[in-house]
Amino acid sequence: MRKLLSIVLLAGFIFYFATLTGGLLIPSNSSERSSVGLDILSRTANETGSANAVTSVVVLYRGFDTLGEVTVLFLAALGISVFMKSTSKVRKRTLDQSFILKTGSRLLFPLMFLFGFYIIVHGHITPGGGFPGGVIIATGFFIVLLTSESVEFNKTLMSVLEGLAGLTFIGLGLVGLFGSGNSFLQNFLPLGKFNTVFSAGIIPVIYAVVGIKVAAELSSVVFAMKESK
Amino acid sequence: MNSIITISTVLNTASMGLIILGLFIIFTQKNLIKMVIGLGLADTGVNILLVSTGYIEGNTAPIFSNTSLKISQMVDPVPQALVLTSIVIGFGVSALALALIIRLFEKTGTLDTSKIRGLKW
Amino acid sequence: MLYLLSFLVLVMLSVGIAIIFVKDILNAVILSTVVSLIASVIFLFIAAPDVAITEAAIGAALTTVVFVIAIKRTKIKATIKKE
Repeated sequence: MRKLLSIVLLAGFIFYFATLTGGLLIPSNSSERSSVGLDILSRTANETGSANAVTSVVVLYRGFDTLGEVTVLFLAALGISVFMKSTSKVRKRTLDQSFILKTGSRLLFPLMFLFGFYIIVHGHITPGGGFPGGVIIATGFFIVLLTSESVEFNKTLMSVLEGLAGLTFIGLGLVGLFGSGNSFLQNFLPLGKFNTVFSAGIIPVIYAVVGIKVAAELSSVVFAMKESK
Repeated sequence: MNSIITISTVLNTASMGLIILGLFIIFTQKNLIKMVIGLGLADTGVNILLVSTGYIEGNTAPIFSNTSLKISQMVDPVPQALVLTSIVIGFGVSALALALIIRLFEKTGTLDTSKIRGLKW
Repeated sequence: MLYLLSFLVLVMLSVGIAIIFVKDILNAVILSTVVSLIASVIFLFIAAPDVAITEAAIGAALTTVVFVIAIKRTKIKATIKKE
């Protein structure tokens, strides 16, 4: 009975989606391209100094949406740590895994940290940015945390780092509001030479802050879920 | 043959198929963790649909790696920026749902929705 | 390139259909990781490298880790009764 009802509902959805998305994709030889995208592409090299147009959209043109995304991630991490609060005083430590896993993870950790750092710092020149870089650093952290016994996870340091990074993001935006310019998250640092690391004003600073926040947050979330009660 | 199967039909089929599959898994499966897997599948389908609205055939990524690239040869950067946000939020939703499921298992001892009172479909 | 893309979409949809019929949950989680990876390759074909890197990092690496931790903590522990 349940399967029949769900198949009928899904047939209705298929019909609705087919008529909805049928006219959504624009064929390649039509002249109706989106004008917002073309406008942003023509302005991004001169106004922002960043070579990656997606980065300039995420940080500068739609920077408020990124602030909202950081808030949503923070709320999800808050909810998970409230649910996974351990009630006993005795903490069960991570057991030591086999020798190959232990040594291999310790060898892999500096490489992953360096790779994540590279992706964060070069966010305005090559594809990448703060979010995937932070995720790669968090993956490097919990490869080590899940396999060795003698590595302590410093929870207070992680939450202090996360809070400071979030405050720095809002602080940089407020400097643009009350300082030299007149809008929140304005680009007030000098635009350097195009296509180098020290260019594009405020963009690498904000992406570095976002990367630190995402890495600290996600590693505390996974560690809170893993700890048994 | 090429005028019927264009690249837009292929992308439409992929995203629609993933959304329908994800919804079917949420409707019919009884295991709670499989329901969260279906939610993630539907999320991936919606992201493919959003990115494919900015695609123009034969154009390249919107990065000025050397300054001789023309603007008319690039795809739209705005849907890609929005999908970046959407992927991260989709992961947040899945992680929170799994934390809820772990606590539910500790309270009731089962993961079957037909045995938990109040969750019968 | 169109044939390669349609082949990838066909593989992705058949792996998705296989998730419905699989009995063990761990197999279903691995299959969902495969779907994420093929979606990341499709994003590369659509000229979106930023989105491809983010989907590969989050969808393949982090989601699998969180699912496996949840499966481990919801296993029913078998008890042996001593008589």
